[in-house]
Amino acid sequence: MTGSTKRPVLELVNARISYFTRAGEINVVPDISFTLHEGEALGLVGESGCGKSTVAFAVMNYLGGSGRLTGGRILFEGRDMQKMSAAELRAVRGNKMSMVYQDPMSSLNPVMTVGRQLMEVPIIHEGASEAAARERAIAILKEVNLPDPESVFERYPHQLSGGQQQRVVIAMALMSEPSLLVMDEPTTGLDVTVEAAVLDLVVRLRETRNSAIVFISHNLGTVVRICDRIGVMYAGELVEEGPIGKVFRDPRHPYTRGLLDCIPVLGSDKRSAPLVPIPGQVPPAMARPRGCVFAPRCPHVVPERCSVGDIPTSPAGGDAEHLVQCVREPELPDYRRPQASGPIEAAIEASEPMLSIVHLDKVYRQAGGLFDSAGGYDVRALSDVNLEAQRGTTLAIVGESGCGKSTLAKVLTGLEKATAGKVSLGGVEIGDTAVENRSRAVKRQLQMVFQNPDSTLNPSHSIGYAIARTLQRLKRLAGGLANREARGLMETVKLPADFVARKPRQLSGGQKQRVAIARALAGGPELMVADEPVSALDVSVQAAIINLLIEIQRQRGATLVFISHDLSVVRYLADRVAVMYLGKIVEAGTVEQVFAPPYHPYTEALLSAVPIPDPDVKQKRIILEGNIPSVTNVPPGCPFATRCPRKVGPICDTTPPPELRTPGGHRIVCHIPLEELTVVDPVVKRAS
Amino acid sequence: MIGFFAKRLAYLVFTMLVVSFIIYTISEFTPGDVARKILGPFATKNQVELLTEEMGLNRPVFIRYFEWVGQTLSGDLGYSTRYKTEVNNIIWGRLYNTMILASIAFAIIVPASILFGIVAGMAEASKLDRTISVASIVTTSVPEFASGVFLSWIFVIWLGILPGTSTLDTGAGWSIASQLVLPVAVMVLYDLGYVIRMVRASMVEVMMRPYIRTAVLKGLRFREVILKHAVRNAMIAPFTVILLQINYLVTGVVVVEAVFAYPGFGRMMLEGALSQDIAIIEAGALFAVLIAVVTQIVGDFGYMLLNPRIRFS
Amino acid sequence: MTTDVRNFGATRPRDGKLARLLRRIALLRESPVGMIGAGLVLFWILVAILAPLISPYDPNANDFEIARDWYPSARHWLGTDNQSRDLLSRIIWGSRTVLIVAPTAVGCAYVIGCLMGLLAGYYRGWVDLVVMRISDIILSFPVIILYMIIIANFGPSAFNIILAVTFIAAPQITRIVRGLTLELRERDYVAAAKMRGESAWYIMLVEILPNARGPLIVDACLRMGYTTIAIGVLGFLGLGLPPPDPDWGGMVKDSYALMSTYPLMSIIPCMAISSLVVGFNLLADGIREIGLRD
Repeated sequence: MTGSTKRPVLELVNARISYFTRAGEINVVPDISFTLHEGEALGLVGESGCGKSTVAFAVMNYLGGSGRLTGGRILFEGRDMQKMSAAELRAVRGNKMSMVYQDPMSSLNPVMTVGRQLMEVPIIHEGASEAAARERAIAILKEVNLPDPESVFERYPHQLSGGQQQRVVIAMALMSEPSLLVMDEPTTGLDVTVEAAVLDLVVRLRETRNSAIVFISHNLGTVVRICDRIGVMYAGELVEEGPIGKVFRDPRHPYTRGLLDCIPVLGSDKRSAPLVPIPGQVPPAMARPRGCVFAPRCPHVVPERCSVGDIPTSPAGGDAEHLVQCVREPELPDYRRPQASGPIEAAIEASEPMLSIVHLDKVYRQAGGLFDSAGGYDVRALSDVNLEAQRGTTLAIVGESGCGKSTLAKVLTGLEKATAGKVSLGGVEIGDTAVENRSRAVKRQLQMVFQNPDSTLNPSHSIGYAIARTLQRLKRLAGGLANREARGLMETVKLPADFVARKPRQLSGGQKQRVAIARALAGGPELMVADEPVSALDVSVQAAIINLLIEIQRQRGATLVFISHDLSVVRYLADRVAVMYLGKIVEAGTVEQVFAPPYHPYTEALLSAVPIPDPDVKQKRIILEGNIPSVTNVPPGCPFATRCPRKVGPICDTTPPPELRTPGGHRIVCHIPLEELTVVDPVVKRAS
Repeated sequence: MIGFFAKRLAYLVFTMLVVSFIIYTISEFTPGDVARKILGPFATKNQVELLTEEMGLNRPVFIRYFEWVGQTLSGDLGYSTRYKTEVNNIIWGRLYNTMILASIAFAIIVPASILFGIVAGMAEASKLDRTISVASIVTTSVPEFASGVFLSWIFVIWLGILPGTSTLDTGAGWSIASQLVLPVAVMVLYDLGYVIRMVRASMVEVMMRPYIRTAVLKGLRFREVILKHAVRNAMIAPFTVILLQINYLVTGVVVVEAVFAYPGFGRMMLEGALSQDIAIIEAGALFAVLIAVVTQIVGDFGYMLLNPRIRFS
Repeated sequence: MTTDVRNFGATRPRDGKLARLLRRIALLRESPVGMIGAGLVLFWILVAILAPLISPYDPNANDFEIARDWYPSARHWLGTDNQSRDLLSRIIWGSRTVLIVAPTAVGCAYVIGCLMGLLAGYYRGWVDLVVMRISDIILSFPVIILYMIIIANFGPSAFNIILAVTFIAAPQITRIVRGLTLELRERDYVAAAKMRGESAWYIMLVEILPNARGPLIVDACLRMGYTTIAIGVLGFLGLGLPPPDPDWGGMVKDSYALMSTYPLMSIIPCMAISSLVVGFNLLADGIREIGLRD
């Protein structure tokens, strides 16, 4: 793929990048080299804090006031970026090299129309006239598949959806036909179906244009979709680099292997292929270990060889395309995905339901203003939800943002009250009881783990206080006893007991999430609701938390309601799954049933959208057009009708679809007959 | 849009009603009854009772309040015991004088604060920024009477190039223009720093936004980044603050007018307050609040125009 | 890009509360401006505390021996006022007035403002509507006119000044606290507290309020500055403390007419009050700057 006849666009030669703070120099990237040829796409992956974005901005020669290239060179089309004058740099930026950013909303000027912002590019770089620039802008909007480009041209960024905003940013970057495009986490924060459409657009644009791409992502699956080559970064170093196929089939660096081992892949579950987290955490830039940076966490470490001198980067097995920074690379065993060591018993499918939800509705009343004759409107967040969770099992609820899954969690926990319907917990009706009015027994039985590790713990309180206070309130334990049990709970979640004296800001994200789990366990709950508990965490930490949840659930026989947008995690962890769309459950069943035909068309689209970090997996491509309708404006018929690729006809828009049921208890809400839904191919198939 | 104005107008009427009621009750029900306040400390008890009877002051407060509102709305602002004339005869001239002072100060404060605020905020922590920031903190920290004293000392006593009082009387040989210099200077010194800091804070925040980075990486010159992308965004937040300065300039200049014996609205209020002249206090406070509420509405409206996120929602 | 830097070094060694507090105060060293502010404020606090020890004369004693010679002399370093009272002593004792009245007033305003702000932000709905309408109405008065109305009607005294400052500042604090509460009440730790059955008061005072302290400390510092100015202004307008006790604003009022012959009489109290306000404002700026970095 890297044809030697092709001219190099970007070369990093021993680049060394530092930030300068009051504490002195922080060397974030000690030494990185790679070359990118025209038309090539290189994916840079790694966990947060690995210096991916730093490299991206160094390439643009934009490190802010405190960052600097302190060694080596960055060559763009053979020219040293450091030696360019301000005017030369301006002529290159936005013209020959351009960038797509992580957060499209904040990357666009909120008080300027989209069209104006696009027009600037040809005006500054080509001296185009207003009229010509306008024409160019509308043409490029068309090219990135935006519906009705003339109208988008006149709009302000906030009037577009997240996916449309990112298309505008991509359009802006491509307007001047750059030879290098740097994309920094371009789909992070977008819903999975929107992400798939944006990635699909990038793939199509690559076919018609010759821009080289540096694609930064924490998600290995997106890299597989876009790139020819992949570079794995760890603590500021490029530890492995090579063609996608080679790196994924035969990862040679222990960190790459560790990453692959801790990412759930669609098709694997907790019974067949366990996730293996990487122990420890990324070292801070100020305390980089000597020798190999990964050595302290590496299962293959031999201290006398790994932690002495600089580790050279060498071709793996003599393959000049596949470079690895590991002294033990030649001796490493062949890579195999981890397998379950012994048969693990399937979750106990007790007949007794722990949680049952019947005809649950939640309607928010949006108050109208004083002069609003309509007097406000309703927001239907949940409509006719029916679910059951057996004792000791995991029920997962999946869906994209705004589908009502978090509202469901709030109703379960009593932070919101149900508008109609029943929620019963072990036979006790709790749906219409706000948490303040629930009995202590109910509060003990039902606890929650929250999404955001930075907001789950009160920064003013110590860890010990947070847990001990919960013990005092829920179990009526006296102070000393509560403190002792708090230390015990720390061990349950595998944290050192003397962490109780720490404040949340002294903990990493994963550690905070462990504390949150310990706090939820304090009352000895029988049902735990976990709302996206791992979505803010890095993959290696995510795996550890998922395993902890599974282990605790097994030990205590607790029921888990796991809310997530990540189908791979759900596939791995859940026993039963419900798929939600716009406040309605469109499909529900056991995990095997939901992840295999028959599919609800929405589930099918979701599965096809999930980026899978395995180039050998064949995945059906279903690209959903349009935006998710607003919850204030739910279609009267099937909620998915406006985007459904398998829409039957007008009936979908007007009539709510029936619930189809298989003998196995698999439920699908759709107008298409069950037989027809059954005859589709599975979305995900493994080649070979 | 109509809804917006209807809402604001209702708010204005509501606020004015509540405020006027509060002012009315405070002035009428505080220690020392109205008749006593009017007649002064040397009147006999009998005289006080007679006046109370005559003015109907022993009737329920609500009735008297609504009578007063009716009177005020018909244009009768009452009789000033301090100036021994109808309030109408005095308040308009005073307001006019203060407006002159206020408009000159406003015309200086707005461009200067925007210029300094933007220049400071576009390069946070630079030498220029630090200088402007510290200077604006120091000038706002000096109370108006203190800067009046300092400036008078320098320009009146030491250099002798400006008059120490600004009575708008040209008899003493000082032109009106020269009489306005020191009051305006004090107002600008006290107010400018505050507005500069608001503009600067907003600019600093805008400069950290990713869209500024987008503009730079698009290949725009720094000047264009500032003028085309930063300034417009940076002016949204301080816009209201700038308009609110009208309040201070028109009705908050009591001290400046007292220092320089300027015959304006603030001095009138002070003299009214010191001699417990209820009609002056009530009428003056109503005007002050009216100006405050109107500027607030204008501010909200301007904010809406400046910010497309609110305009199109 | 900057997140890369911040994520490193997430854990720091733990130590005692006192040590942490001292270290936070020591952080101020990094802001020279803040240090100057802290120095000025500290200077006046010391002067106020030590007033009986360092003041050369009784501030209210008239020195009849010097006749009308009010200029500075070996006997009266800064001269005297027009009633032959030692200016230095009056400045020293005047600092007490300010530094007792201002913190008391700001403290009262904070108690009420925090309470109202917490209630409005936490309960929202009609509580919020009522609280915010009341504050809006108070805030629509120009501050100085409100002071005048209150003091003119209730009479000048330290108590009434505190009352007036509280009345005017509380709605402003209410707004700030309400805004912070609206944001903080959505945090997951508040939901967690509800789920273990904490009362609304516990949540407001223990879970929410401590996390609002950053902006509030800066605001309190600025507000001390405004209040000092307000006390000075009231004194200058003749609405301040009743004589003879010294207050800086009142001292300027009494001497202003004599400025052409005895400028020091006015200038010195003006410098005193300005330096204290500058101190508060610079300190606030320093704290804010360091808070941003943290």
